[in-house]
Amino acid sequence: MPMAPLDFAQYALFLILVLLATVPAGRYLERIFTGDAGFLERVLGPLEKRIYQFMGVDPKAGMGWKEQAWAFSLAGLAGAAGLFALLMVQQFLPGPPSAKFLSTPMTWDLALNTAVSFATGTTWQAYSGETTLRHAVQMVGMVTQGFLAGGTGLALGMAFIRGFASRKETQDLGNFWSDFIRGVLYLLLPLALLLALVLVGQGTVMAFRDHLALTPLRGGSQLLALGPAAALESIKNLGTNGGGFFGANGAHPLANPTPLTNFLGMLAIVVLPAGLTHTFGRMTRRRDAGWMLFAVMTLLFTLGLGGLHLAEAARPSALPLAVASGPNLEGKEVRFGLAQTVLAGVATSNGACGSSAAQPGSFSPLGGGVLLFNMLLGEVAYGGLGTGLVGMLMAAVIAVFLGGLMIGRSPEYLGKAVRAKEVRLAIVYALIMPLTVLVLAAVAVSTGAGRAGFSSNPGPRQFTEVVFAYASCAANNGQAMGGLSANSPFWNLTTALAMLLGRFGTAALAFALAGALSSQRRRPRSAGSMPVGSPLFGGLLFFTVIVVTGLSFLPVLVLGPVAECLSMR
Amino acid sequence: MNPQVRPAIIAFLALSVLTGVTYPLVLGGLAWMAFPDQAGGSLIRKNGRVVGSMLIGQDFTDPGDFWGRPSATAGPDAKPLPYNGANSGGSNLSPGNPDLRQAVEARVVALQAADSEQRGPIPMDLVTASGSGLDPHISLEAAGYQVHRVAKARGLSQTQVQALVRRQTERPQLGFLGDGRVNVLKLNLALDAIQGK
Repeated sequence: MPMAPLDFAQYALFLILVLLATVPAGRYLERIFTGDAGFLERVLGPLEKRIYQFMGVDPKAGMGWKEQAWAFSLAGLAGAAGLFALLMVQQFLPGPPSAKFLSTPMTWDLALNTAVSFATGTTWQAYSGETTLRHAVQMVGMVTQGFLAGGTGLALGMAFIRGFASRKETQDLGNFWSDFIRGVLYLLLPLALLLALVLVGQGTVMAFRDHLALTPLRGGSQLLALGPAAALESIKNLGTNGGGFFGANGAHPLANPTPLTNFLGMLAIVVLPAGLTHTFGRMTRRRDAGWMLFAVMTLLFTLGLGGLHLAEAARPSALPLAVASGPNLEGKEVRFGLAQTVLAGVATSNGACGSSAAQPGSFSPLGGGVLLFNMLLGEVAYGGLGTGLVGMLMAAVIAVFLGGLMIGRSPEYLGKAVRAKEVRLAIVYALIMPLTVLVLAAVAVSTGAGRAGFSSNPGPRQFTEVVFAYASCAANNGQAMGGLSANSPFWNLTTALAMLLGRFGTAALAFALAGALSSQRRRPRSAGSMPVGSPLFGGLLFFTVIVVTGLSFLPVLVLGPVAECLSMR
Repeated sequence: MNPQVRPAIIAFLALSVLTGVTYPLVLGGLAWMAFPDQAGGSLIRKNGRVVGSMLIGQDFTDPGDFWGRPSATAGPDAKPLPYNGANSGGSNLSPGNPDLRQAVEARVVALQAADSEQRGPIPMDLVTASGSGLDPHISLEAAGYQVHRVAKARGLSQTQVQALVRRQTERPQLGFLGDGRVNVLKLNLALDAIQGK
């Protein structure tokens, strides 16, 4: 089916708005972390100082990479421990909804999985919010983790940028706590409040009340889950977490009520990570290098849009002939149509954010394959907040190494030599995803406890569901093919392991690389420098990203999505 | 003890108060002042009684009503309970799954039996379950497909019903975001209204 003009217009407008927002977002991010946040700082500055006093930190004191890595990990650990405790005492907490509506028992393994999931920004949900959580836990637990995981990810990204940007030899990557708190106060909190108000205006529910039992128009009874959803729905996208208030997440009409809320939510996922490429360009004083990262990200994103659109526009051949042609709408919502569904699929699968506006479990084999491939790329097409830039720069380090081998020049990126140490860190970073996903998937399909999760679909689809689950967790994405029932001790514990490796394993390597780079003096640009702002390098970077993922995952992609697609013909 | 332990714990506690309590309460207050209806769940009242939410579909089965999309939601006992607003979700059936084909075939048969004179192709959204199981909308084609049945059952002319569908049609937002659609609950309420029910 050809692309309808209105579909194309929605994709084009989205990409244009991202492009237009990149400079202002990048400049504001730079101001927050290197200077003065302006009006907001005058209002919230005293609160910021007070928080540092309580924490006992000096926001001006520089931290080396090891201190940064400890701070990042302990902040995540504190969040996970706090949320785990909150979930385990949930049954004793007051407030709506009533215990009789909470039919999913909060077992220790579900609580552990959920705590790790939200503290790592994955927000994989083995539960449905409306049948499992009290509003108090959704707010104090889930909403807080949205800011915590988003803010620490952003602080990681800033430390990483400083590693590339330092001119002299230094251990100083900035102050993690200052970056984290400033990111929350001057960026995430005001934007979340603003976006949430727009969402409520469009129909997102924001009520502190119990489930409502009502008599529908033609009699009978209907139970409605209501709650303070808007508070979570805005930060879940801004912080690239993705875990929603309701089980159906972004497909739920009381969470994502209109095409506009969907469009704004997807912009909220993409704009800040895209802006960080410009922050990177400004802080390294090589804006061309920042724009080249942006261009490669945009190319990957656009290819995803095209691929998912084509895959989902086709009418499934298995349906009876009496049904009109058109996209398969099983698992999709009428108000979004194809374009908003595709946009949400691509933005969330590339953005480390699981808030999809439809059920990926019912996507076509190749459509699900596009989402899976995006996640396996390591969330680099704008990617998660802070972590997306890290992933793309890691690929850039590998690319200059490959480029250096090809032209026989000693590899360097923006005046920082890429020696054996740097390459080793980048390669290990790139290996975490394949090792985690492939090993865990192999364990799951070869054990009864793993295969017990198959609840809906036959054939190669089951294999796709398994790989999808571990890819989603290792990429800290969180979206799921729901045909897999993942609330069992086996699935709760193995997916939690994938999330921990995908968050803290990669972050430790990223901090270490930032430390290695910052301890080098930056050499001035010369005729021997790699032209990392050129389209030639952009092409090399693009192919590096694709080839590293392709080589690792081609076999599983063939056994899953491709085999299923061929078996349907 | 690692010197970052204390800042990590205090930062978590500070954020819990600031973003876990203060932010939702401030948002809730502003939302209730600015958009009380939407914040409360866009509830619809008829004769003073709440009959539903504008954003949550209902399970219409009378021939004289427009029908919404199939819903795959389940009740607390895990048995099918369409449009259960307390347990959202889709079927998660893959396009090649024989169960999906069977379900769609059964829905095709039911739609054709409800109106044997309607011979047109059946719109996709009328035979596939939505992602939330609560989709309040159907496509314009799905509304058009049902006009003949509804008009006949209600004793109205097709032109009258078509005009009503047109009035209840929601265009794409800002002219191009999303698809044109009809809210089924509002359409059925409007039908009741013109017949004085």
